Amino acid sequence: MASKVIHAFYNDDDVLMHAVKKVKAAKHHIEEVYCPFPVHGLDKAMGLAPTRIAITSFMYGCVGLTVAIVMMNFIMIQDWPQDIGGKPSFSYLENMPAFVPIMFELTVFFAAHLMVITFYLRSRLWPFKEAENPDVRTTDDHFLMEIEIHGNEQELRDLLMDTGAVEINITEK
Amino acid sequence: MYTFSNRLKIASFILMAVGVLGIGIGFMAAPSTVEEAKAIVAGHGDGHGDAHAVTEGHGDEMGHGEAHDASHDEHLLHQLQNKPWAALYVAAFFFFMIALGVLAFYAIQRAAQAGWSPLLFRVMEGITAYLVPGGIIVFVILALSVAHMNHLFVWMDPEVVAHDKLLQGKAGFLNGTFFLIRAAVFLGGWILYREYSRKLSLAQDESSDDSNFKLNFRISAAFLVFYLISESMMSWDWIMSVDPHWFSTLFGWYIFASMFVSGITVIAMVTIYLKSRGYLPDVNDSHIHDLAKFMFGISIFWTYLWFSQFMLIWYSNIPEEVTYYVTRIADFNLPFFGMVAMNFLFPVLLLMNSDFKRVNWFVIMTGIVILAGHYLDIFNAIMPATVGDQWFIGIPEIGSILFFAGLFIFFVFRALTKAPLQPKRNPFIEESKHFHY
Repeated sequence: MASKVIHAFYNDDDVLMHAVKKVKAAKHHIEEVYCPFPVHGLDKAMGLAPTRIAITSFMYGCVGLTVAIVMMNFIMIQDWPQDIGGKPSFSYLENMPAFVPIMFELTVFFAAHLMVITFYLRSRLWPFKEAENPDVRTTDDHFLMEIEIHGNEQELRDLLMDTGAVEINITEK
Repeated sequence: MYTFSNRLKIASFILMAVGVLGIGIGFMAAPSTVEEAKAIVAGHGDGHGDAHAVTEGHGDEMGHGEAHDASHDEHLLHQLQNKPWAALYVAAFFFFMIALGVLAFYAIQRAAQAGWSPLLFRVMEGITAYLVPGGIIVFVILALSVAHMNHLFVWMDPEVVAHDKLLQGKAGFLNGTFFLIRAAVFLGGWILYREYSRKLSLAQDESSDDSNFKLNFRISAAFLVFYLISESMMSWDWIMSVDPHWFSTLFGWYIFASMFVSGITVIAMVTIYLKSRGYLPDVNDSHIHDLAKFMFGISIFWTYLWFSQFMLIWYSNIPEEVTYYVTRIADFNLPFFGMVAMNFLFPVLLLMNSDFKRVNWFVIMTGIVILAGHYLDIFNAIMPATVGDQWFIGIPEIGSILFFAGLFIFFVFRALTKAPLQPKRNPFIEESKHFHY
């Protein structure tokens, strides 16, 4: 069943923030807000659940640290021990200080890259993906708030006009 | 206006009194003759027996065992005589360094024209008030060293220099007079900026334009240049030169990281204390969150410098450099690695979570560990060269900490009563009030 949605356009992020708070206060469910740039505090105002990406980042960092430890142990101690600077590689523990920079780098590398990939997967973004935003102006200078209509079109329209929307459209979704 | 609560004032006096007692006992217990020194070490049991056996065996082998023993005993006496002085100096420097770290943080906030922090300016200015008494005490200790009242700095002993080619080469820089002149210039510069900036900060409250604020911005930027140079040289003079043969090119940064993180921690602790007493109503959790982020970040920065310094010296393994770490790992194993746990592992694991940075008691608990860890950092920097394997955290050390903690609390909170805790006319005060994360 196709549902009707109302699209309210704003041309200022401060106005948008106030509008979001007002709409939330009027107990309407905001489907989505499309922005040309990230608006600070918008997620809290919309009542979105806090992001869990920091937790994944920590776990990826731990994976990177483990990979570095195992990898350096294999390369430098087990597979091909060398005597570098009078420090023969016979013991992992005694050569460990030389591996710390690698541990650090791989921790950061894994945490950063896997976090970005996770973010893309979670946001359903991949190369050549078709844009989901309903209006091209949201990539330029307009903000768009999308609210589903349940037979309360006029009430919503009045409320949104009141919050400073510059344009209001009704579309089938 | 803040009023110095009587309970806190009495607590600071008790700390000072107990501290003076501890320091006094430390000086009384220090041996004055070789026999006393030997008796003290013998009384401690077998703890140091191994080190003796090695030295003695070495002496016999060289064929002048007796002479070596005598010089070793003399050395032991000097180490034990140094103990109360070193304990006093470490604690005096540690609390002074907190105020100096806060001064650097304050100057950075001023020079960056930061919008989040003006609400905390009076707290920072209160803490930097300790620069004057703390700086004078450190200067007096240094002057007493130059006057040969103690042997903290081995290069000040003309007898040692006479037999040491390297120290003769450094004598143009490392000599008592120039040393004290430098110390006076550094302290004078820091105190001058502190007092002038404070004056402008108070004048801004009553003025009708922003000229005081702008002037404060300019002098803060200029001060940071002076600070970076003087802080670095101060760390060579006051800390690195206790090991006059050893040098590290990133030592200034390393000490800076220590004082910066200690200073930020104390800002957070004083702010939380004042908030808990109902002051600073506009300071919110986001301000604490930001300070905790700095505590977290600078702790990692400190570790980065600690490890960079260690790894280069460990890898190159040059005898005159690596001896610095050999001493620390052999004789100071627990404090040396314990401080890495306290200054790195602990804050990283506790303050990593964003929500924990907003829990005030969590920040306080982590702060206490960070401060103890950075005390140990200064301890590890001074003690190996001054008391060697005779180190212990006992009555003189704890007494010195208590005394300077009391002095610090007294001067900081007394300065906080002198002006309203919230700046009135700082142009960024509104932004600071509405600061949210």
